[in-house]
Amino acid sequence: MAITAEDIETLLRASFPEAQITITDLAGDGNHYAAEVVDESFRGKNRVQQQRAVYTALKGKMDGSHGELHALALTTKSPE
Amino acid sequence: MADAQVQIKKTVTENDVVLFMKGTKSMPQCGFSSRVAGVLNFMGVEFSDVNVLADENIRQGIKDYSDWPTIPQLYVKGEFVGGCDIITEMTLSGELDTLFAENGITYDKDAAEKIREANA
Repeated sequence: MAITAEDIETLLRASFPEAQITITDLAGDGNHYAAEVVDESFRGKNRVQQQRAVYTALKGKMDGSHGELHALALTTKSPE
Repeated sequence: MADAQVQIKKTVTENDVVLFMKGTKSMPQCGFSSRVAGVLNFMGVEFSDVNVLADENIRQGIKDYSDWPTIPQLYVKGEFVGGCDIITEMTLSGELDTLFAENGITYDKDAAEKIREANA
């Protein structure tokens, strides 16, 4: 199963409407992506808390071998 | 499964540094696991590896334990530190050095600097 970059962005956008979101398809197979999410809501949170919020936004798409998204390299930060 | 949670808690409590990974530190079976194990090996950190592929209960159990959906997962002194992306960032920023130093974990500072120089 594959997922498109647009799908990922739509999911993230629902939780982070104001964020700067950059999705990169790493392998061209619809399974390995990199995502950078820059959002004000991350300010004051550590990286684990920031990335957990992103995983929550993806609502189970990352879940195990049945997940549609095999790999998502994540970078999260608050705006400069 | 309750048994898995008990076993995970015991593992992360009794070992200073634990990496839950796909494969073993000598034979990783996933690029992300390989990267984190490689960093720890290169930095000369003594750590326990738990191969989640060997036990489905642990594979799911560790995700529940940490509330984190992906493997690898690094624990230091019982605390969840992060997954591959976080460990990579912390290695390059020097935060991983600080974490080890603060927790009395032996590591090779020169090796850590070499990683940073190679990725500068």
